[in-house]
Amino acid sequence: MPEFFRTLIHRLTALFRRQRLEDDLDEELRSHLELATERNLSKGMSAEDARYEALRSFGGVEQTKELYREQRGLPMIETTFRDLRFGLRMLRRNPGFSILAILCLTLGIGANAAVFSWIEGILFRPYPAVSHQERLLALTGTARSEAGHTLVSWPDFVDLRRNCTLFDSFFVSKITGTTLSIGDHAERTTGSIVSDNYFDAIGVHPILGRGFEPGEDVGRNAHPVTVISYQLWKGRFNGDPKIIGKTQRLDGVVHTIVGVAPQGFYGTFVGWGMQFWVPASMEEVFEAGGYKLEDRDARWIEAFARLKPGVTLEQAQAEVSSVAKRLEADYPATNRGRSVKLWALWQTPFNNAGTLLPTLEIMLAVVVFVLLIACANVGNLLLVRSFARRHEMTVRLAIGAGRGRIVKQLFTEALILSAFGAAGGLLVAHWCRHALVLLFPARGGVAMHLPGEIDWRILVVSAGVCLLATLLLGLVPAMQTGKIDLTGALKADSAGVVGSRGRAWVRSGLVVVQVSLSFVLLVGAGLLMQSLQKIRTSSPGFSTHEVLFTGVDLVSAGYDAQRAQNFQDELIDRVKALPGIEWAVFARMTPLSYGSFSSTPIAVDGIEVPPEERPTVEYNEVGPYYFATMGIPLVSGREFTRADDERAALVAIVNETMAAQYWRGRNPIGERVQVKDRWMQVVGVAKDSKYRSVRETAKPFFYVPRRQNFSVGATLYIRTSMSPVTVATALAREVHALDANLSPYELITLQEQVDRSTSPQLVAVTLVSVLGALALLLAVIGLYGVMAYTVSQSTRELGLRMALGADASNLLRLVISRGLALTAGGALLGAAVALGLTRLLGKLLYHVSPRDPLAFGAAFAVMTIAALAACFLPAWRATRTDPAEALRN
Amino acid sequence: MPSSKSEVLQGTLDLLVLKTLDSLGPTHGFGIALRIQQVSKDLLQLNQGTLYPALLRLEQRGLIASKWGVSENNRKAKYYSLTRTGRKQLEQEVESWGRMSAMINRVLRTT
Repeated sequence: MPEFFRTLIHRLTALFRRQRLEDDLDEELRSHLELATERNLSKGMSAEDARYEALRSFGGVEQTKELYREQRGLPMIETTFRDLRFGLRMLRRNPGFSILAILCLTLGIGANAAVFSWIEGILFRPYPAVSHQERLLALTGTARSEAGHTLVSWPDFVDLRRNCTLFDSFFVSKITGTTLSIGDHAERTTGSIVSDNYFDAIGVHPILGRGFEPGEDVGRNAHPVTVISYQLWKGRFNGDPKIIGKTQRLDGVVHTIVGVAPQGFYGTFVGWGMQFWVPASMEEVFEAGGYKLEDRDARWIEAFARLKPGVTLEQAQAEVSSVAKRLEADYPATNRGRSVKLWALWQTPFNNAGTLLPTLEIMLAVVVFVLLIACANVGNLLLVRSFARRHEMTVRLAIGAGRGRIVKQLFTEALILSAFGAAGGLLVAHWCRHALVLLFPARGGVAMHLPGEIDWRILVVSAGVCLLATLLLGLVPAMQTGKIDLTGALKADSAGVVGSRGRAWVRSGLVVVQVSLSFVLLVGAGLLMQSLQKIRTSSPGFSTHEVLFTGVDLVSAGYDAQRAQNFQDELIDRVKALPGIEWAVFARMTPLSYGSFSSTPIAVDGIEVPPEERPTVEYNEVGPYYFATMGIPLVSGREFTRADDERAALVAIVNETMAAQYWRGRNPIGERVQVKDRWMQVVGVAKDSKYRSVRETAKPFFYVPRRQNFSVGATLYIRTSMSPVTVATALAREVHALDANLSPYELITLQEQVDRSTSPQLVAVTLVSVLGALALLLAVIGLYGVMAYTVSQSTRELGLRMALGADASNLLRLVISRGLALTAGGALLGAAVALGLTRLLGKLLYHVSPRDPLAFGAAFAVMTIAALAACFLPAWRATRTDPAEALRN
Repeated sequence: MPSSKSEVLQGTLDLLVLKTLDSLGPTHGFGIALRIQQVSKDLLQLNQGTLYPALLRLEQRGLIASKWGVSENNRKAKYYSLTRTGRKQLEQEVESWGRMSAMINRVLRTT
């Protein structure tokens, strides 16, 4: 249809030559009229008649021009541009209104964009530079005897990799850490133990050297090679171009650097940026618990799988389940009751995606609330302005503008506002993309890495939010235009009355909505604050304020078992000799930390269970007087002492839950328990405490003496009433005295550990509180606006009341009671909504009912105080009404 | 205000303009209006102004071209002329107009 395009091009080019074409048109029509007049003159008419006759037979000159213009350009585009220009001019003319409106929208849209960018960067596309993340799945084991997930053993992983057909690849990426000493500078770094196909599977190609080669993940300690991160290469190796082939000591073993990962690649663990990668063959060097590549009962790896294109999660799960079933049949001793589970990336249970998921889900709802409140606020502002502009609108209607044109103009103005808001919002999101990390403390000196990601998806979502805001904003004034009554509005404004109905109901309705939404957020914030309070103050079963802990990295320093034992014994003696120290002890694991406790299938005297059905129980290897140091009370029996060494009889202490579960009311003291084929005698029963998480329920757990189950890596606990800072200096001195090359890690209290382990709750509380406060502020502004406007519109009524004898306190009460009525309405509505919604907080609440009366009461109190503050100024102004003047006007 | 008082159908006006340019050669707007009125013996009610959007439409479609020139009595005026596509279009439309009017006549005669 070339004619169509020819016309389109013609019209388009006309848009840019408007002035020329306009002159042309004038000229042409003028010449027409002159030619016609001349002709009429030549027919013998008078000059006046000739001119008149020419005009008459021409028809309306202006109408012709207008028709001509419509034919010439693209009227849709031209009016849109005109509306935009006009809208911008209106905004410039009312800078106060514009800035307030844009600020509200910036906050509303910015909160949305920030949360979406976090969700994108942490849950959906967490691994920059990794290709096709939509086909990546996390892989864990499951066990009938344990809730949640388990890790996977290397032999099971290898069998899965070999037998599944619906996958492009399976790969392992298990987080580990080491103390990296380069020159005289030592620092904790995080890294990953990976399978040989890691870099190929994720589509990341080292910028220098190579990734790992096939076969490098087999053979005990056979391939001491490492790929280092770009940051490590630039920061610690000064970007050495000849780095490949050089060696670096990692955990005491010399590794050859074979590759440098590209910039912007941080590995595959949500929460931390990886600095180095080693093949799984080197597992024994980095993982506690010995050589595990041939042990089907050692579950330690975190793995991922990449689906072939077009395969669904269900199909994939069916396949791995059937392979797991075969493994269960082939290896009943280790795999009975066990299977394998695939997870969407955003549900990954073994990194911070899982921890942050409930918080981010809640945030999604919260930011929508904030956006709605912001829109209600700006809607209210627009409404006030639409009253102020009623005269303008009426005049436009009167001279023939269609209502459609006026509505289009109003929506264009709303669009300008929300577009500015969206631009500001994206800036806010950009500034906030690293904000989540700020809420997490650095652990062991390594800062977390939780960036938001602003990509085209976020831009699309923000544009969507912006359009939604425009619709909401434009709707209210547009509805009002429909109600303009031409004859009435051209007359003077009628006087308003405080508490009158009529037009004010839209504004009051908006305020009620705002109040109710922010009430819901206040309740949510209150519930989360109570939970956090409960989590942090409920006793974990051990002393938190009096116990400090730290570590000395003997593994990285290359200590063998004997040297480590001597070092640790001597350090305990030296520390105990320091003034103010009550107890000191080494234990392998720290409670509430990311690492995993040792675990074992156990057997107990008197209960006959076939080996493959034995339940697995976790345990900790602890030194003498561990319970005294930690403040864990013993219910019966005795504490471990120095006498419980490698030469003495094997002993164990169980917790109350384990005693109750395995000895059913009998006293377990003196009974035997079998751990890894060794029988140990139970010598004590300890009170239950928290092991992995403050939120866990009571579970069986036991302790064995370190001396009888030695491993080099351990944590040092010190019981003292002195501050960590004082002890840290003394401790560092003692460690130096023993080995000048060593220094302890950061020394913190167990309370600090509790706080750190509950930081996801802190994040939730902080975010919901900040946004709740923001919402409250917006609602208060909205309420203030409505009350101030009502008072300014009803001076005549107020004056009349004063003239009839009302005094200041009457008027004060009148206005404030009206404001409080709106607030109460909003709060009641909000309470109803909150009763339905707070259940969604579910996982984030701890020992707090979602209908907790304290949280609802507090929200009500805060709301009322805020409302009083918002109403006071307008009410005070009402009392200043001059009755004489008010009645005269 | 799209309802011009013209009693000339839009498509018909286009055809008349094309035909006029075909017989007169390059002509200005006033000339075209005059010619249409003369030929139709003033039976056709035509607001001369409506001619101009039609001229623009035809020009956009590439059927006619325009150029500023000087009239017989030394006035500046815009002259319109038929293009090659315009001539082809005119032939087609004359033909289809003939067919159409013949058909309508036949229908009118038989009923």
